[in-house]
Amino acid sequence: MIVGEQKPIKEIMESVAPYKRVLILGCGTCVKTCFAGGEDEVEVLASALRLAFKTKKQRSIEIEELTIERQCENEFIQEAAAGIGRNDVVLSLACGAGVQAMAERFPAAPVLPGVNTTFIGIQDRPGIFSERCSGCGDCGLARFGGICPVTRCSKKLLNGPCGGSQNGKCEVDPSIDCAWHLIIERLTELGQLDNLKTYIPPKNWQTSTSGGPRKLVREDQII
Amino acid sequence: MSNDDMTIKPLSKLHEILLNGEFAVTGECGPPRGANREVIAKKAGLLKGFIDAVNVTDNQTAIVRMSSIAGAVHLIEAGLEPVMQMVVRDRNRIALQSDILGAYSMGIRNILCLSGDHQSFGSQPDALNVFDIDSLNLVRTVKDMRETGKDMSGFELDIAPAMFIGAAANPFADPFEYRVLRLAKKIDAGVDFIQTQCIYNMARFKQWIKMAREEGLTEKVYILGGVTPLKSAGMARYMNNKVAGMDIPDEIIKRMGSVPKEDAIEEGMKICLETIAELKELDGVSGVHIMAIEWEEKVGEIVKRAGLKK
Ligand code: SF4
Ligand code: SF4
Repeated sequence: MIVGEQKPIKEIMESVAPYKRVLILGCGTCVKTCFAGGEDEVEVLASALRLAFKTKKQRSIEIEELTIERQCENEFIQEAAAGIGRNDVVLSLACGAGVQAMAERFPAAPVLPGVNTTFIGIQDRPGIFSERCSGCGDCGLARFGGICPVTRCSKKLLNGPCGGSQNGKCEVDPSIDCAWHLIIERLTELGQLDNLKTYIPPKNWQTSTSGGPRKLVREDQII
Repeated sequence: MSNDDMTIKPLSKLHEILLNGEFAVTGECGPPRGANREVIAKKAGLLKGFIDAVNVTDNQTAIVRMSSIAGAVHLIEAGLEPVMQMVVRDRNRIALQSDILGAYSMGIRNILCLSGDHQSFGSQPDALNVFDIDSLNLVRTVKDMRETGKDMSGFELDIAPAMFIGAAANPFADPFEYRVLRLAKKIDAGVDFIQTQCIYNMARFKQWIKMAREEGLTEKVYILGGVTPLKSAGMARYMNNKVAGMDIPDEIIKRMGSVPKEDAIEEGMKICLETIAELKELDGVSGVHIMAIEWEEKVGEIVKRAGLKK
């Protein structure tokens, strides 16, 4: 899933300050799962903002709450139209894709991000999320025992660990597992350590972000 | 790298010394945090006559310093042979290749290909890192330039750099069993010489060299063992805890702490000399790499007292 984290309330307050009527728009998919922008977070944020503006004795601010299933899909976006029409600004708690989808679909309405989109990852255990994939566009997981060095090695090394790996931890921070330690462990378990003898040539980053904004065309799905 | 093969033309002085089967001595020179070439000239003066080649670090610990290319050129002007370090942290493949061409055109003949310390260690942790290619890809690139005369795109270069290629190895990093496989991979990629991480844990180093010997790797690559003289027990503890990939056994730390403070430097020197003496006798070790960064005046003493004829 896409993992994100709600922006600090202070930053949100500054961004909505110029507006009178604010629609806080939640998204019911990824950001709900990571507790950043689902229905519950919309409700909590709305109360916090109302309270904060009240105690600051600034002019009143009206806040409307709404959460749709997915802000990144046209099919669901329309449900927000009426609410957007009634307000001056949309504070979207979706990921960066959701925020942009809303901005495209409703060009007349200012859309502000309320979440910092951080990574594509998983929930290791309740409340702990970690990154797994950088969407490089050419998945090499088969070689690495299902552990991605592009994303999980702090130096994106493809031919083995650097000299800083110690006790299974990355030199960058002892709270980070060394991806290469994990890869070697897993390949040893699978009896595939020989995989690592193969020299991996320089990665082609054209399929990743260095090729410019990416687009996927599925001829068979075009109507 | 068979020593009796007289057909091999040395690529650099360091290469020649190793080809002749002499025990090589390399040192290290950190360029200044500024544009003052005098700093390099001064360090060169301290090292000259004691060592065969000097590594010039490339923004070591991710702190901005004079470039390793410029530092290497200043060393050449001072009459020393540089080993230009190059990390893949800050430059993409276009910049790396371009700098290799430039370096060779300036007379630089040795290169050490490294990943580079992560920028989070340095003074500008907010920088974007590159890591377009890894250190092995860099080794292969320099090797291909030398062997095929082509750059990474396959373009035939006008004059192709023919550099003597080095890489680092850390026998003390984990996972241990994998470290020899990694060395083999570096050799396959085209490495000619290896400089190791500082050796304090001799037992582990010997085990690594033994495994390398058994795989026939010491026949294919020159290994220079790394040493750094310790100044105090505090420094030993600090390095052990804070420097990535460093392994200083307790008994060494205790030994440093067991002497009066004023004798600590001499004790560190003794440990260093004992290490060099063992390295000289060790099958598969071709030289020593003395890393005494910001303590260059110590190098001459080490070389003299270790009986490394220079
Ligand atoms: S190799 Fe690429 S696509 Fe596969 S997990 Fe890693 S970043 Fe994602
Ligand atoms: S310690 Fe491991 S994860 Fe960290 S940079 Fe080195 S190889 Fe990559």
